[in-house]
Amino acid sequence: MTFFLAAMARDIRLHLRSPQDILNPLVFFLVVISLFPLGVSPSPGQLSAIAPGVIWAAALLATLMSMDLMFRSDFEDGSLEQMVGSGQSMVVLSLAKVLAHWLVSGLPLILLMPVVGLLLFLPFDVIVTMAVSLALVSPTLSLLGGIGAALTVGLERGGLLVTILVLPLYVPVLVLATAMAGASMTGLPIQGYIYWLAAILLLAISLAPLAIAAGLRISVER
Amino acid sequence: MLKVSGLRVERSGHPLFAALSFSLQPGQLFQVRGINGSGKTTLLRTLMGLYSEYEGSIEWDMDRPPVFLGHRAALSDRLTVLENLAWLCRLQDTPVTEAQLEDALAQVELQGYEDTPCGQLSAGQRRRVALALLFVSTNPCWILDEPFSSLDTDGCAAVEELLSTHIDNGGAVILTSHQALNRVGVAGTLELET
Repeated sequence: MTFFLAAMARDIRLHLRSPQDILNPLVFFLVVISLFPLGVSPSPGQLSAIAPGVIWAAALLATLMSMDLMFRSDFEDGSLEQMVGSGQSMVVLSLAKVLAHWLVSGLPLILLMPVVGLLLFLPFDVIVTMAVSLALVSPTLSLLGGIGAALTVGLERGGLLVTILVLPLYVPVLVLATAMAGASMTGLPIQGYIYWLAAILLLAISLAPLAIAAGLRISVER
Repeated sequence: MLKVSGLRVERSGHPLFAALSFSLQPGQLFQVRGINGSGKTTLLRTLMGLYSEYEGSIEWDMDRPPVFLGHRAALSDRLTVLENLAWLCRLQDTPVTEAQLEDALAQVELQGYEDTPCGQLSAGQRRRVALALLFVSTNPCWILDEPFSSLDTDGCAAVEELLSTHIDNGGAVILTSHQALNRVGVAGTLELET
């Protein structure tokens, strides 16, 4: 447990020391969303109808953009090699790294939700629903993305490959999350969706670190 | 401490070396020699379990993995010297105090650089930071890939002193290096030929 916290503290520190890397995806997220009122139509009716889809697509792309940060610098300076060779649990380490990454990349997206919701004329209760679903989904996205990032960290340009590897895994989560927003907009109950997303998150927390640890080992052993 | 028998390693289909057998005892230093590309680094990485395309057996008789100083120093540019060292000690389960780390930095003549980000150091200084780890290490076995690279003459002498003390205290070392070691007894040389 103390190793988990030490690893997480190290990673958070690393991320905070290069703020431009973590700000890039967030700015991208905001820019994409703010283009829709200009590009599609400024009318509140149309905007709020497409808002959940727009927000999800932008959040997904922003998450994918930031995936490369998870292991890249550690791979390049040899830290990853030391971690694999140290005999410490790579599963614990992987979970710590993903959590640290989510705190600087996923959590800010949730905090931005009220702003982008107002930008697209979403009603208040739908904004709350979106924030709840993003809180359940964005850790899942980070965990699944971590698998792709771990497998491709040894490659020169793994960015696009991560997208291709991970996007199919994102689709079911995305479908549930947009359906949940739709249900919320028409006033239908959303509890079922919350349970589903929470179940997927638990599954990802318990299985993804195993896959990430194996992926990192493969990348280092090349 | 370490027993290797019939080790055969390939790299992308090409055999690097075959039938390599040796055993490393406490108090011994082995030097790995060979031309560029003969597989020195790959041998060390294989011993550390960081390379899996091999046949033969590698048996460690230790309760934890040895200290490995790789070709890349494993120092994050964005962390300070002390932060990097503290993390590497944490990784190797070596309990250290800040005073011990500052002592170790003084040994490698880097006092005053404690709070400097490693990204601002020269290649030789980075190598010294990595070597500072050996001064606080309680691990009996060290695996060092080119520990003398980027070091000046005084630095090389200091490292040889350190190695000599380590094997006198019953430690063991495997290192790769092109230069002859004259301050420390070499128990065996592993020649790699292709």
